Amino acid sequence: MGKEAFPDTHHSHSENTYLGFWIYLMTDLIMFATFFAVYGVVRNNTFGGPSAKDILDLSYGLVETLVLSTSSFVCALGLRAALTNQKQKMISLFGLTFLLGITFLTMVGFELTHIVQSGYSWEMSAFLSSYFTLMGTHAAHIVIGLIFMAVFVAQVGFWGLTDVTKKRMTTLSMFWFFSYIVWIFMYTIVYLIGAQ
Amino acid sequence: MENREEHHLTSIKSYFFAYLLTVGLTLVAYLIAVNSLFSPAALYITVAALGLGQAFIQLYVFFELGKELKPRWRLGVLLFTIMVTVIIVFGSIWIMYNLNYNLME
Repeated sequence: MGKEAFPDTHHSHSENTYLGFWIYLMTDLIMFATFFAVYGVVRNNTFGGPSAKDILDLSYGLVETLVLSTSSFVCALGLRAALTNQKQKMISLFGLTFLLGITFLTMVGFELTHIVQSGYSWEMSAFLSSYFTLMGTHAAHIVIGLIFMAVFVAQVGFWGLTDVTKKRMTTLSMFWFFSYIVWIFMYTIVYLIGAQ
Repeated sequence: MENREEHHLTSIKSYFFAYLLTVGLTLVAYLIAVNSLFSPAALYITVAALGLGQAFIQLYVFFELGKELKPRWRLGVLLFTIMVTVIIVFGSIWIMYNLNYNLME
């Protein structure tokens, strides 16, 4: 007899949450796509200001990429620990994910303040506006992800790994993986291709 | 129940494998771009392909899109979103390039 003969209502309920969250992530992707389209259109409109080549450091971006990809990987291990009911392991793995996320955010913060302090603010040219919009929107996602990570891990600490907290950790992880996928395009389009 | 859930989980080994591939593709793309190994057009295409490959690995392993049971709603939504994304990005660049060409040159 097939699985369909025993409808697991709770399981399918979680699946609905994941599908809904996935659709939200996809709409988020469309928002990022419009920002990337703007970047593609205006990336040479520097209005006498600096171009991508002048302000972006590919090696610095590489370190940011490695930090965030490691964070995403550790997050996957943490989620696996959560789904296999290893509470202590899950808390330490998500703690590491959180620290790597903070490291990434600090690096982006230094990068953006350095550009502004060099006298190149987002008001200067269409290129800089679109660059700051992209970086700022992505950094905002990281900030929100970190806040939810702190809250949900605390909930696991108080309530243990229940169905509800597992569901929250799963959606949070989906959000975190998604942030890294967007960053792949950020690094590829803005840094590697933009700064040629 | 417990066993069935365990069975559905992705193995730690494939997470490691995906992570190593991700780092490897990032490093290759970085080295190609820094050393300007190819002509601009070829370089854009190579680096973009490496990025897409990385995104595909992330979707397949971390989002477990390959394990989704039928009907594959998530995959369907993803494909639709990719279509919208391609129309937005390439449509914008195409239109604006033509405007620029016809009005400014």
